Amino acid sequence: MSEKTPVNWAAIEEKPEFRALLARKKAFIVPAFFFFMIYYLALPVLVGYFPEVMKTRVWGEVNIAYVFAFSQFIMAWVMAWLYVRVAAKWDKMAADVIRDEA
Amino acid sequence: MSTPLIMFLAFVGLTLLITFWAAKRNTGASAYFAAGRSITGWQNGLAVAGDYMSAASFLGISGMIYVAGYDGFMYSVGFLVAYITVLLIVAEPLRNAGKYTMADLLAYRLSPRPVRALASLSTLVVSTFYMIAQMVGAGAIIKQLIGIEFEPAVIGVGVLMLVYVVFGGMLATTWVQIIKALLLMIGALMLSYLVLQFHEFSFTKFFNAVAHADYGGTADPKNLMEPGLKFGVAVAGPWGPIDLISLCLGLVLGTAGLPHILVRFYTVPDAKTARSSVVWAMAIIGLFYIMTTLFGFGAATILDKATLTTNGKLDVNMVAPVLAQVLGGEFFFAFISAVAFATILAVVAGLTMSASASFAHDFYSNVLHHGKENRPGQEIRVARITAFCVGAASIGFAIYLGPTVNAAFLVGLAFSVAASANLPVIVLSVFWKRFNTTGAVAGLGVGLVASILLILLGPNGIFGKEAPFPLSNPGIVSIPIGFIAAWLGTILTARDPGAEAKFAELKVRAHTGLGSEKATAH
Repeated sequence: MSEKTPVNWAAIEEKPEFRALLARKKAFIVPAFFFFMIYYLALPVLVGYFPEVMKTRVWGEVNIAYVFAFSQFIMAWVMAWLYVRVAAKWDKMAADVIRDEA
Repeated sequence: MSTPLIMFLAFVGLTLLITFWAAKRNTGASAYFAAGRSITGWQNGLAVAGDYMSAASFLGISGMIYVAGYDGFMYSVGFLVAYITVLLIVAEPLRNAGKYTMADLLAYRLSPRPVRALASLSTLVVSTFYMIAQMVGAGAIIKQLIGIEFEPAVIGVGVLMLVYVVFGGMLATTWVQIIKALLLMIGALMLSYLVLQFHEFSFTKFFNAVAHADYGGTADPKNLMEPGLKFGVAVAGPWGPIDLISLCLGLVLGTAGLPHILVRFYTVPDAKTARSSVVWAMAIIGLFYIMTTLFGFGAATILDKATLTTNGKLDVNMVAPVLAQVLGGEFFFAFISAVAFATILAVVAGLTMSASASFAHDFYSNVLHHGKENRPGQEIRVARITAFCVGAASIGFAIYLGPTVNAAFLVGLAFSVAASANLPVIVLSVFWKRFNTTGAVAGLGVGLVASILLILLGPNGIFGKEAPFPLSNPGIVSIPIGFIAAWLGTILTARDPGAEAKFAELKVRAHTGLGSEKATAH
């Protein structure tokens, strides 16, 4: 790359393809981040302030508190899987944006 | 010679061979600091897991669940969920726009010298405190497991870790972490299997026993499935629930600011591999922390507290090894002890690596020498000397503070600084155009000072139970302070046209990987 002309970063940033990539990323990451923060922080809030409700048994000795904590693991893995799926599309968009540069 | 000692020596021998192999391949800064960016996705995933699952989590969390049940399990949940922050926000931009350290991303469009100086200070603080906690734990555990005294045990761990880092660099550190992660997973799977076998492979029986946990018939049954044994209002007072929320915030935002985790993403060839390594890490870390349910809760149904008490003091760190001894006999005890030892070594090696890389690359090369290397290889030489100093200082502190120092205090401090000083500045520099140097300096400085002060004034700090600040986890206060300081520092000072102009470049680099550092080895 060092032999070529310097990259015109501002021009790439203004490309509609690049703007579209950023818009797509934002449309996934922002809601996903807020969803996961709310879902996760609901756990300490509910456990801390509504312990009696959370102690309600749902299956044998397993209570809501435990099920909700366990569901956090599933939520994290599902979130990671969804992210990897959409990110594969972003990789293609990003490759299109920089095709003339590399 | 005892069986644990033989297993320790086998692990040490294997890792020294790896170091010897890695040392021959260390032919330049990228090889030394970033393993030539040649680590694959699953390898780096295992290494991230190996870097992250410290002795504090294997031994400490088992012990915490053993005593506090469900509330101890809250740590397990947070340790995994935190990786969503890493995946969504930090890993890929960091890999695309940085080179060797966290500060590379922060200093990109700001004045490099003040930003790197503070980022380097913050890295050294986080790494050193975290490392002292691990060293103290290591000394205490090795003394219990193979009978070597505290001081020689700490010195031994310190010297070995230095051999990996100084001679083997990031490549040796990575493989030590990979092997450790595999050993830890094997140990955890076997321990979980034995606990399930004890309860006749019936989850009904298992949960029934946990809900009437009687510590091997030596105590009144306690329902460990129910929340509140650590953070409940009845136990911890009115601030308990807030302390729990604050802990969760610190975990979920702190992990993405831990320098020794962040530098792992520089060891892979591109952002796509960084992404897949986070996913691999999440699979392994999640599986591991789900298993803490089995051996943490399980221990409370099997182990008598008296077997864990030495000199009238309950040593909860011994829960996992003693459970292994009771269920699996001497050989399995030796294996789990060796796993604990491997765990400590891998984590301290990762910490030393990131601390020394930050000092050499950020402070020495960029702050003192304006980014110019006077002689080739100087950065590596400085990193090796720094590793030696950081290692020696940690050994000294660990021995000075002794086996009774509160490790939770030190780990809490590391997470708090990471969440309150590092993360706000990382996020704002990638996502906020107006962000300027004063904002970054204010965010790093105020976040660092606020974390340290609030922890010192808290219940784990200098005043003990008389603490003026009621929370042992300051995140809920210190994280907003870090963000507000960074924001105020920016809006109260003049706009920086240079930094704003370079925002376009940073955005393109971070989101497309154009011009990112390429792999050198293989």
